[in-house]
Amino acid sequence: MHFNASRRASLQLLAMTALQPALAAAAAEPAVAPVLKVVATFSILADMAREVGGPAVEVSALVGPNADAHVYEPTPADVRRVARADVVVTNGLRFEGWIDRLIASSGYRGRVVVASAGIVPLQLGGGADPHAWQSLVNGQRYAQNLRDALVAAAPQRSAEINAQAAGYLARMTTLDQDTRSRIAALPESRRRVITSHDAFGYFAAAYGVRFIAPRGWTTGSEPSAETVARIVRQTRETQASALLVENISDPRMIERIAREARVKVGGELYSDALSPPGTAADTYLRMFEHNVRTLLDAMTPAKISDAR
Amino acid sequence: MTLHELLIQPFVEFGFMRRALVACVALGLSCGPIGTLLVLRRMSLVGDAIAHALLPGAALAFVMFGYSLWAMSVGGFVAAIAVAGLAGLVARLTPQREDASFAAFYLIALAGGVMIISMRGSSVDLMRVLFGTVLAVDDASLLLIAGIASVSLLVLAVVYRPLVVECFDPGFLRHLGHAGAWVHGLFLMLLVLNLVGGFQALGTLMAVGLMMLPATAARFWAAEVWSLAAVATLIAVLSGWGGLLLSYHANLPSGPAIVMLAGSFYVLSLLVGSRDSLLARQRSQRSHRKA
Repeated sequence: MHFNASRRASLQLLAMTALQPALAAAAAEPAVAPVLKVVATFSILADMAREVGGPAVEVSALVGPNADAHVYEPTPADVRRVARADVVVTNGLRFEGWIDRLIASSGYRGRVVVASAGIVPLQLGGGADPHAWQSLVNGQRYAQNLRDALVAAAPQRSAEINAQAAGYLARMTTLDQDTRSRIAALPESRRRVITSHDAFGYFAAAYGVRFIAPRGWTTGSEPSAETVARIVRQTRETQASALLVENISDPRMIERIAREARVKVGGELYSDALSPPGTAADTYLRMFEHNVRTLLDAMTPAKISDAR
Repeated sequence: MTLHELLIQPFVEFGFMRRALVACVALGLSCGPIGTLLVLRRMSLVGDAIAHALLPGAALAFVMFGYSLWAMSVGGFVAAIAVAGLAGLVARLTPQREDASFAAFYLIALAGGVMIISMRGSSVDLMRVLFGTVLAVDDASLLLIAGIASVSLLVLAVVYRPLVVECFDPGFLRHLGHAGAWVHGLFLMLLVLNLVGGFQALGTLMAVGLMMLPATAARFWAAEVWSLAAVATLIAVLSGWGGLLLSYHANLPSGPAIVMLAGSFYVLSLLVGSRDSLLARQRSQRSHRKA
């Protein structure tokens, strides 16, 4: 009996999944519904394009999860992918310095969407800060730009794309409001973290968290005792709630500094790339949620007080 | 800047400086005698070879168990002992001398270690993880280093006599037969243990520097085995203390600063040491000419 029931259920499921593409095809009236080949410069944009385009797009990223778009070098296969693309999506704000040359050498003449178009950039080190996606308000702007570009490239599928985009934008609005209220619930004095990431300027401006850079900390070199002492002092003086400098150096080093300055060690923040599929930050929204959760954990005062 | 601020205050203000100093002192205490015996037994380069032989074991342990002080220490220990054992075996079974087989096996081990590290991918700087830094010595590493130093000194006290005789009568341990092999094996084990501890503290392959440089420098100041070891220990401890201060005041990476200071002690001893240094030789030549 039980066996029969589950078998029937699975048959039904099979029939439904088999029917789904057919139904979708029937919904989009013209016989040939084109699938747009979208090439995005890095993983975050690729995920957004996938969310906005839904079944109307086939997206690939030049710089994949966990890879650094700053130091990317195009391969011949990348050039070919760009050449065959229907739409190329870039962040703009000089995030991908290599993209213009790549497009020129590929001979691609199609649409180049600058996802950050219309955003008033913040300043970072004398230039525009490119990490605009770290605020969901900007993220919505990205999604709108993507939607408009995809609709323009495939007007036959505009209804579908618009519906997808509307759903996505609504999810962003919810997450944005949720983030604001949760961070606002913390006293302002707690909303300070020390981090070597310089990618959170937009997040800081939008949600009221102070990101303090550790002075004199450089990646890729062994720290001196002076550097460590300076960061310990700085952490004490600024009364920051936590240290989030994880991907820089020895975890033991961070642990030591945190103990010495009596602050928490925070988890990992994702700034420029998603994590690999199936992990905690594998889509833009999941990455954002992960960062917010990590920051809240780091900034919330420890419940267990030091009983010593 | 007062003398107190220059020499003492950093250790008073910061716990991590105190811990680093304790680690250096513990290392110096056991590395002094071991380095001295290495130099006297003409095994100065064996320390370096062993240091490289640790790499694949520590790397493999990291890949298998993630970051764990104990796993990585045991892994490094096993790999280095394996290399030392294989080299000794080849020397016994074939006419090839031990230094040649040692070179062969440690290079194989080193290549294996580098291979494991690069297969792990580039997202984590594994070299950084494998080797701690003296500024980040945690409780576990401190216990490990102090434990290794205590065990080393105890074991050395037991096998001191045969080791010293071997220094001046190479082949003595071979005459002893099985007992000699045991003493030699114990000594190699102490060497590996101390290098494992050194990596936890100093963080780089340079850990071997804190073992060899003070010992080679001591030769220009002392003659007996015990006084050589004492001078070596003193230089090692001074290098640790001074190197940390250098790192603190001059913003230099601490591991290299400590080893560089030990190196400066060597060059200084070479130039002006009381025994057999360039200065001492020149003086004695002059007095010979006068006579």
